[in-house]
Parts: sequence; structure tokens; C-alpha cells
Amino acid sequence: MELSRLRREGENEWCIAPHGKMRVPAVIFASESLIREMDEKVYEQVTNVATLPGIVKASYAMPDAHWGYGFPIGGVAAFDADNGGVISAGGVGFDISCGVRTLLTGLRLDQVKAVKERLADTLFARIPAGVGSTGKLSLNDKEMNAMLTGGAKWAVAQGYGKKADLWRVEEDGCVPGALPDEVSDRAKRRQRDEMGTLGSGNHYLEIQHVAKIFDDAIAAAFELRRGDIVVSIHCGSRGLGHQIGTEFLTRMAATATASGIELPDRELACAPIHSPVGQAYLGAMRAAINCALANRQIITDLVRQAFREIFPQVELPLLYDVSHNTCKVEEHVVDGNRLRLFVHRKGATRAFGPGHPSVREPLAEVGQPVLIGGTMGTASYILSGTGMDIAFGSACHGAGRSMSRHQALRQWRGGEVVQNLAAHGILIRSRSMRGVAEEAPGAYKDVSEVVDAADRAGLARTVARLEPVICVKG
Amino acid sequence: MSGARWELLPHGADIGVCGFGRSKAQAFEQAALALTAVVTDPKTVAAEYSVEISCAAPDDELLLVEWLNGLIYEMATRKMLFSRFEVRIDDGKLLAKAWGEIIDVTRHETAVEVKGATCTELKVAQNANGEWRAQCIVDV
Repeated sequence: MELSRLRREGENEWCIAPHGKMRVPAVIFASESLIREMDEKVYEQVTNVATLPGIVKASYAMPDAHWGYGFPIGGVAAFDADNGGVISAGGVGFDISCGVRTLLTGLRLDQVKAVKERLADTLFARIPAGVGSTGKLSLNDKEMNAMLTGGAKWAVAQGYGKKADLWRVEEDGCVPGALPDEVSDRAKRRQRDEMGTLGSGNHYLEIQHVAKIFDDAIAAAFELRRGDIVVSIHCGSRGLGHQIGTEFLTRMAATATASGIELPDRELACAPIHSPVGQAYLGAMRAAINCALANRQIITDLVRQAFREIFPQVELPLLYDVSHNTCKVEEHVVDGNRLRLFVHRKGATRAFGPGHPSVREPLAEVGQPVLIGGTMGTASYILSGTGMDIAFGSACHGAGRSMSRHQALRQWRGGEVVQNLAAHGILIRSRSMRGVAEEAPGAYKDVSEVVDAADRAGLARTVARLEPVICVKG
Repeated sequence: MSGARWELLPHGADIGVCGFGRSKAQAFEQAALALTAVVTDPKTVAAEYSVEISCAAPDDELLLVEWLNGLIYEMATRKMLFSRFEVRIDDGKLLAKAWGEIIDVTRHETAVEVKGATCTELKVAQNANGEWRAQCIVDV
């Protein structure tokens, strides 16, 4: 990105002053080297978001921002419904509530190393992953509506996990206000056989070890010690979310003009929150969030079963579950006024700080865990929320690609990637070597640099670095 | 420059599909082949049986998005891959037949599933030589 168009506000903060039709400034959080490498499209998209009606304070981009659909991936924006504010399907994304859930195992690296192959095979056999895979559960219409209303809470009631799991999920595992009737039959049909499936692409199930602790006190509160084994699950709302995103994008594109909204980019399609389409999308999107939460809950149960085949005593409690692609109603103080805002996070994580009422004990004292996914060859990070003042309590969500899938496929062969990672002690299980090549670690940005910039910008505090031991790819 | 062909377009996080043809309908058929190529090598997919897809849109570009989304829906719900297409476009309405087979992981090396077609880099146009081009980015 060309630096001359930005005003540097701090070591890791860059501002684009309002110009043209922008209603508020745009702010990008990044180090100088990250911002130099950042796609020019991020400038265009973060600026376009600032033109939308009812936007509050600023349009934000996180350190891992890259070219998205309307909104940049890594974009955060809040809207005031009573001031003409809008909701955007592109601002949430196609994979609604895609997120990361991390489980604690109580096991140490040596224990898992001793059974690594067997554990990898057991997980790979139990967790459906990849194109065309189906889950064991098939939902009828009534069960589908109950799942869309109840989220992870529904899954626990069906026997997939324990009530205590829910305290460690955003919104206690169930977003209120879901409207299953606003979810089309096609979206429900697409989901019918996909409950408890991982998906493909950048989705994964990873067994990781805690390689480094950066903050002893917070790590202790998160029950993380160096050498501990954790499990991270990265997936979303599967076919249901994709179908809702697809349908509302075209529906909002058609109605935006009629609502008097001027769209600088068709992909920014949105609707006033106080409008029939806006309300329908809100209800459908919340149902998709619940679908993602239920999906991660069911996969959690499958992971527990797999682990217990080898370690019969393990419990695998949740550290936390975060969602990356959402629009949520939250209270924020802006210029001394307490406002109820619709906060879009597209490829960004909620990062609420200590004392926030929605973060439950015992995490309330240190802030919510912020789970940042990396690549299968490098590292992932656990951070903690610092406060609500910066970017409405948000942080980055991952590394972000630096290379197209096409280019990755030309550069690497899947078999070589697997062998190379095996030489570094990382076991890969995947049905597709082409998929592995497209997801090669070298095709991603340096996640450590992204996390460092997020920490220095004050978005979140770095707590621990996780390195992969086993990775099941879709 | 003529004839039916397809290509994949590079994109930062996702991938673009692009079809060329002597008619708009042929460009749409080729874009559909490119869509299969995002998932797997179309040459490995047998044209065993067909499904019918119909859609409509206010303009050619949104019609391409609807067409690809129609295919993505059939791929997802039937667990199928497609390798042969017959498209007819008439007055903003598309009527198509797509031939393919059920995914068989032992024969099809599947890279990634497609979530949806997008309006990014969306273009349906005819060049000076009369060749049609139909393209957009798909989210994977």
C-alpha cells in the first residue's frame, strides 16, 4: 500500500482522513512492513465502508487485512440503527461465524508424541473433512429449526458435550434473535448432512503444543503451561452459512438502491437495519451463527471420543470459542455516549477486555481469550482482550494469504509439503494432496508479525504461542 | 482468438473462474468447467447423469452469479462434480443441463469446496472479435 495517502498516528496505526463520500475516517492497524505489503484493495475497501450510512467513529482494518468482498477481510465497522445504520451481508462474509475453538487436554507434549500416529489416524477417521464429506447426524425440519435457534446449547442438550462448555463460548453458545423462518429451504437443505463436518480450504483440526508463554499471569488464568497440548478447531457454518450469504448478497444488491443507498461497490450490498430485508438478514445470520456454534460443539464431541480411545481419562474442557465473521449487537461508549451498535467483524475477532460483563468468570479478570489461527507449518497464537476503546474491542484473526492458490499449486506438491512438515515433527492427515499444496505454509503471511502488530497497537495482549503437532485438513 | 476455453484467475485469498466462447451461453458453459477445475481436474469427472438448472436475473452479470450459485448448490447437496454443460440463455433466463457424477475420493483429487460465487471481478462481455468472456471470483 502506498504510504503517502496515510497519516501515521502511532507505530502501528495509520489513518485515512475522510474525503469524498466518506462519513468517518478509516484506520488501519499494522506495522510499517505489514502496511507496505498490504493490498491496495484494502485501502479502497476500508474507505468504501466509511461511506456507508450510520457508520460510527471509524472504519477499521486489522493487521492481517487483505482483499475481501466489499469489506476488507480483517475489517471492523459499527452502525447505529437509529441513525440510518445498515447491515451488510458482505460485511459478515460467506462463511458466517467461521471461528476457532480451543480445547485444553491436560496432556503434555511427550505423552502425545508417543502415540502421535495413532492419534492422528483416530482423529482423521472420526472427524469428517474435505469436499463432499457428510456427518453422521441428519436433521429433519423440526430438528433443523431447533438447532438454528439453540446453537451450541441445542447441541449440548442433544448430548454433544457438557453445560460447562457453554460458559466458554461467546454469547454462552447461543445468539438470541435467530429467525429460522428467514433461512431458505435451500440453505437448510445444504446443511442437512453437514453437521459435525470440518469443511475444506483453510479449515482444520490441529493438535498443538504450547511452545512459548509471553504473559505468565494470563497464561495461568487460561491454564496454559509451556509443553501443554491443546486442540484447535477452525471451521464455520458450513453450507447453510454459505447459502445465506449468497442469497442475501443478491437480495441486498437489488434493494439497496430502492433504499436510497449509494453503493461504491456492488459487493458492499447492505440494507438499513430498520428494514424488512435488514431484519430478515439479521434473523438468518443469527441462525447461521448458531449453526456454526452447534457445528463446533459436535466436532468437540468427536474430538473427545477420539482422544478417549487413547487417553480414557481426558476431559478436554474448552479454553474458548471465538467467531470471526459476524454482526453482533453490542453496547459501546462513543464520545461519552453509551450506544447500542451493530458491530460487523469480517475476518476479525471479538477481543473484549477484563471486566466486560459478557466474559464469564474466571476469565473476566483477564479478558477473553483471542484465538489466532496460523498455518499448519508455523504457529498459532493465544492473546487476551485488552479493552473496549480500540476498534470496538476487536483484534486480528489469522495470518492471511500472501499467495494465490494457483501460485501455491505451481510452487509446491502436496506430498513434498507433507514430507517436509513430517521432518519438522508435524503430522498431516488429508484426503487431498492438492488441497495440502494450496494450503502450504509458505502461501501465508508471517502470523508472528501480524500478532506482534496487534499487540503493539493495543488491540490484544500476546499470551502464548502454539506450534502444530498434528493437523487434519479438509 | 476463438473457441471455447476456460481459465482460473489468481486472487489473494480465493480464486477466479473465467470462461470464453463464441456465444454468451458457451462462455457460461466454460465458466462452469472452470468452477469444476477449482475443486478437481474436470478430465477426471465422468458425464454419467444430468441435472437441470434454471435461473433468472436482471442482467447478464448477475445471471452468471446465479448460474454458478445454482451449480454450487447442486454440487453441495448431491455431492456431485460436473464435467459437461449445455446452457441456453433467453431474455434474462437461463436453462441448463449439467452432466457429472458423484464425488469419489479415490478417483477425484478434490482440493477445496466452493462456498459461493461473488460479484468481485464480475464481468460478462463480448470483445471486438465477437468472443464472449464470463468471469467472477468464487469464495472457497
